[in-house]
Amino acid sequence: MSFFFEVLIGGLLSGVMYSLVALGFVLIYKASGVFNFAQGSMVFFAALTFVGILEHGVNFWLALPATLAVMVVLGLAIERVVLRPLVNQPQITLFMATIGLSFFLEGLAQMLWGANVRGLDLGLQDEPLQAIADATGINVSKFDLVAAGIAALLVSSLALFFSHTRIGRALRAVADDHQAALAVGIPLQQIWAIVWGVAGFVALVTGLLWGARNGVQFALTFVALKALPVLILGGFESVPGAIVGGLIVGASEKLAEVYLGPYVGGGIEGWFPYVLALAFLLIRPEGLFGEKIIRRV
Amino acid sequence: MTRPIGDVVLALESISLSFGGVKALTDISFDVREHEVRAIIGPNGAGKSSMLNVINGVYRPQQGTITFRGKPRRDMNTHDAAAQGIARTFQNIALFRGMSVLDNIMTGRNLRMKATFLEQAIWWGRARNEELEHRRKVEEVIDFLEIQHIRRTPVGRLPYGLQKRVELARALAAEPSMLLLDEPMAGMNVEEKQDMCRFVLDVNEQYGTTIVLIEHDMGVVMDISDRVVVLDYGRKIGDGTPDEVRGSQAVIDAYLGVAH
Amino acid sequence: MLYREAGQFKTHYAADSAILPIRQDRIAMAALLVVAFVAVPLLASPYLFSAILIPCLILALAALGLNLLTGFAGQLSLGAAAFMAVGAFASYNFVLRVPGIPLLAAFACGGLMAAAVGIVFGLPSLRIRGFYLAVATLAAQFFIIWCLTKFGWFTNYSSSGVITAQKLVILGYTFDTPRAKYLLVLGIVAVMALAAKNMTRGNVGRQWMAVRDMDVAAEVIGIRPMRAKLLAFAVSSFYCGVAGALYAYAYLGTVEPEAYSLDLSLRILFMIIIGGVGTILGAFLGSAFIVILPIVLNMLVGFLDNTLHLNVASSVASNLELMVFGGLIIFFLIVEPHGLARLWQIAKEKLRLWPFPH
Repeated sequence: MSFFFEVLIGGLLSGVMYSLVALGFVLIYKASGVFNFAQGSMVFFAALTFVGILEHGVNFWLALPATLAVMVVLGLAIERVVLRPLVNQPQITLFMATIGLSFFLEGLAQMLWGANVRGLDLGLQDEPLQAIADATGINVSKFDLVAAGIAALLVSSLALFFSHTRIGRALRAVADDHQAALAVGIPLQQIWAIVWGVAGFVALVTGLLWGARNGVQFALTFVALKALPVLILGGFESVPGAIVGGLIVGASEKLAEVYLGPYVGGGIEGWFPYVLALAFLLIRPEGLFGEKIIRRV
Repeated sequence: MTRPIGDVVLALESISLSFGGVKALTDISFDVREHEVRAIIGPNGAGKSSMLNVINGVYRPQQGTITFRGKPRRDMNTHDAAAQGIARTFQNIALFRGMSVLDNIMTGRNLRMKATFLEQAIWWGRARNEELEHRRKVEEVIDFLEIQHIRRTPVGRLPYGLQKRVELARALAAEPSMLLLDEPMAGMNVEEKQDMCRFVLDVNEQYGTTIVLIEHDMGVVMDISDRVVVLDYGRKIGDGTPDEVRGSQAVIDAYLGVAH
Repeated sequence: MLYREAGQFKTHYAADSAILPIRQDRIAMAALLVVAFVAVPLLASPYLFSAILIPCLILALAALGLNLLTGFAGQLSLGAAAFMAVGAFASYNFVLRVPGIPLLAAFACGGLMAAAVGIVFGLPSLRIRGFYLAVATLAAQFFIIWCLTKFGWFTNYSSSGVITAQKLVILGYTFDTPRAKYLLVLGIVAVMALAAKNMTRGNVGRQWMAVRDMDVAAEVIGIRPMRAKLLAFAVSSFYCGVAGALYAYAYLGTVEPEAYSLDLSLRILFMIIIGGVGTILGAFLGSAFIVILPIVLNMLVGFLDNTLHLNVASSVASNLELMVFGGLIIFFLIVEPHGLARLWQIAKEKLRLWPFPH
């Protein structure tokens, strides 16, 4: 029984990682209506830049703000070069532009910092927390707990930001209708710059945590794809939804792999979340937290 | 030559429709006779478009019966409605923006095209002949509505008035026995309105099509309709010939702006 | 001056709805076919066949399939490569297990299997739209490749998971030279492209476009969106399936799941974006562009390396390719979202007036 809990908790905690990636998606979607396929590449870029800066002998605590600055500049550049010319184009066009963007960022990151796999040491060990292990016999990684804590902090502050500030409201207006927002005088460019900057910050945090866990490598970009089922379960526009979705995907994926995997030769993790999301969509096309779309004729 | 108005072809009894908590239609009953021009009027938000949507099958009423051609039913199925000869236009133009005018009108002939996709892929025999025969019919409609010059133009590029005409053409291409028009003259100037009126009357006279029409312009309504239904806040407040309705106190109150 | 239509009046609807109504276009097309079927086989080198022409044609066929689904019917799909894989493996198994089956029939059966799978994974489209549908197709992509890798029956229990495709033999003639393979592929692609063009200008094409543009209105005029969407998935997957079989038999020489990864699906999607969504020509233009681009880039990097002695690492070339790819996608979407096909149309419009300015 405790094995089950171990797998479950391990799954939930890895789900936290998915939530972080999904969070980046939700931020950008909520604020600009753009589905940013390049989020995974941004995570990869952030992690790789951080490690690259470290390798040049820069102190850990200096490298962090430096990378953050790079991500913010990157966000501004994306807004200026990619989004501004595409204002008011249909969603599908913007989506495809972000696919192109993801390829571009991957190539750029590897060109700047090389393609070797690197480790990332955050000073946290991936060992079981002794106290909990002694009390309940379940092994819970210290690393995972800290990651969960950071994610919780990030999520709650972002949720508050969106619902309680003036800028948050402006962001939601922009997501609904670019032109209308412009017409009311919302400074579109500034808003987008802010949003992509914040998304860059989230990407950095995600990149650091993922990189420390699995090493900084190209496969990191595929993490973004895993975030899609998370978004479907949680809805594209909901910050709490991203968390719930991430937890569900993480837990179910691990449980399926452990308990169903042996019957079919393993490797279920690769597609299980997608099929789960698909099944879910058939019942509730808007996701758990999404809003029902009513179409007037 | 106006055809004599025939028997009741569509009868609506006690139709009630609500969306969540909002009651769009409450206990509406009226009928439509063959070959007539029936107008539905009322202030904004009265439920006129919802009424058409019920007739056409886009909305399913919670209560009431629809009797079309003698067959009573709880609600209409959109595909059935089209197959039985009901065509319509929409308030916010529902044309297919990626296609040309000609293609849009050809879609109106969809139900009459029997060739399978395989036959179309080979473009021989039945598929080819069908396509050419229906093209001929569509060209008749294009001539009728005088839109020859914009045949190949993508619909998205046309001005509003012409788009409305194309939408009417698409509805006419189906050779309907009943035509539902949702504010066909909205946003048009006097000249365009006259043209549109002429088209609507021509359709009614030449083809005998029954017309159910939502319209705000009182002049148009009084001029061309045979009978009028008046809705207000989802209820029927008047039903009869234009003169009868014009004289009714309830209608005057609702429409001429007396607070109620 | 050369491209004037003056004097070309149509007296029948048949003439007006022809695929190439302008005489100059017909002459150009005839010339193109002569070049493709006669001149190229005589003049081109084996490298040109194997590295450029054959993959270009095969991927154009797949892009055509995807364009029917995404461009004409409006159902976004990220799983084109998975349906190619189904076609390839199905063809392989038909040839393996049905003795004496003609090769073209095996390809067709492979396509039909892909169509059947396409319908199954297209069922969600009846409830789901837009990005959500894209995720459903991703499920198809990952699940199908996993199936083909895991279950040995598909690969005839080969230990490495990679199987050699059987020889291309039709009516006793073996297609084993690059030239022969090119002609076979060209023939199949030309016929299927014509069929696709006919479908898109006929009623089924209009139904698809109607469902794409506004499915509520489509329903009101009597189109059944459900049938139209499932038909789109079926036909599109058939095209992808045949393309997949050709990819294995006439290009790679092997049948392996890894060749049909998400990467290939995205490449095919890029082909239709750059080529022109919702056009037949776009599939070919996009395919040519995406196949030739890496080769051009490699040549460019090699040239810079030699003349400027930059000593560029090979990884730089591939990263540069990624960047240029991504950059070009963005560029095209900003400048001409309707792709190369629209640019071609604009060029023809200008050609009509040439040498006059207006």
